Amino acid sequence: MIIGQIKNGIVLDHIHAGKAMKIYDALGLGELECTVAIIKNADSVKLGKKDILKVFEVIDLDLDVLGYIDPGITVNIIQNGKVSERKHLALPERITDQIRCKNPRCITSVEQGLPHVFRLTNREQGIYRCIYCESKAK
Amino acid sequence: MKHLIDVLDLTVQEIDALIERAADIVEHPDRYAHVCARKKLAALFFEPSTRTRLSFEAAMYELGGNVIGFSDADSSSAAKGESVSDTIRVVCSYADIIAMRHPKEGAPMVASLKSTVPIINAGDGGHNHPTQTLTDLFTIRREFGRLDGLTIGCCGDLKFGRTVHSLLNAMSRYTGVKFVLISPEELRVPEYLRKELLVERNLDYVETTDLESALPDLDVLYMTRVQRERFFNEQDYIRLKDSYVLTREKMALAKDTARILHPLPRVNEISVDVDDDPRAAYFRQAENGKYIRMALIMKLLEVEV
Repeated sequence: MIIGQIKNGIVLDHIHAGKAMKIYDALGLGELECTVAIIKNADSVKLGKKDILKVFEVIDLDLDVLGYIDPGITVNIIQNGKVSERKHLALPERITDQIRCKNPRCITSVEQGLPHVFRLTNREQGIYRCIYCESKAK
Repeated sequence: MKHLIDVLDLTVQEIDALIERAADIVEHPDRYAHVCARKKLAALFFEPSTRTRLSFEAAMYELGGNVIGFSDADSSSAAKGESVSDTIRVVCSYADIIAMRHPKEGAPMVASLKSTVPIINAGDGGHNHPTQTLTDLFTIRREFGRLDGLTIGCCGDLKFGRTVHSLLNAMSRYTGVKFVLISPEELRVPEYLRKELLVERNLDYVETTDLESALPDLDVLYMTRVQRERFFNEQDYIRLKDSYVLTREKMALAKDTARILHPLPRVNEISVDVDDDPRAAYFRQAENGKYIRMALIMKLLEVEV
């Protein structure tokens, strides 16, 4: 099978090998009706092996979610067959409802309807803590 | 509107102002006897407490205000499964300020997101207990006349002891403070606190298991109880609960100017024969809790004399 060139869409490049499916699920790409290509374990000068996701339509991306899962991803927006925009990601300051607090003593374990919010407390080490109980995200 | 969820919500200047106000209340209680007239404090205690609840209530009464609330979750709608958010939405229509203790960590923060009146965290599980820390700071200041240049020993459960964590955080903002952390291996200060507070901020600290050898250097010895409710495993609790006991004999090793603090309640970690020693400051500390809470209620209600 040949994966064709994208005319209008998004290429998520430099995904750490093995993380493509996590991103596919987190972004809800399975619900799209357009073509989505998942390329796993492609050769990469930078990473050795990498995953790539190609979405054959320009969609709204939650860059915070992407940045949290893999801040090394490059987001290429393709329009009329050319890269119109390239975005480099960083760890977001806050992430909401992407991970759950694992601390059994945390209020989030019993309070209904409470968003699970984590804030970045150490950028170098990528440490996030629950805003309610301050437990480290696992 | 300001809440107090974590003692670090307050700047050093704000803490100093609270301490000044509390000291003035001690000197001139009559000036403050009616400043909160017609104001109501809701004391929402979803978990048992003696000192904290009664000191909040006494504080509000001594400011001329009134108190409503409950002292355990079974006598509140929480027993019927009501959420913290719903409880707070209702209560803030009845009260001007809320002091809340809850067994779940972060519950007062959730309350502060929903409340239209100031929320005071009166203890959330093993997490924060900022008014205890204010009490500790006020006590040290009253006993020594200063908060800088002191050697502070913390002894006992330094892993789960929230009062110790908050005290370390708060005291780390003053200059020339040294910490001596005395605990069994299993109850040492958590790794994140050691790394993020003690190491990264380059604080002067030592860790030891030996209380006797540490005692002669200390200005403050902050004793803590090994708390049964913080352990999931009863056997671990039984093994560690008697690790350190401060006795009259051990007090002979301490400086004449040293002070012993304890957030109370104590079980057996300080012998009763230490109570009469003038260096035993823990009952004075409990009394100070009322004055600093009076100062805090005034601040959050934006009440002036």
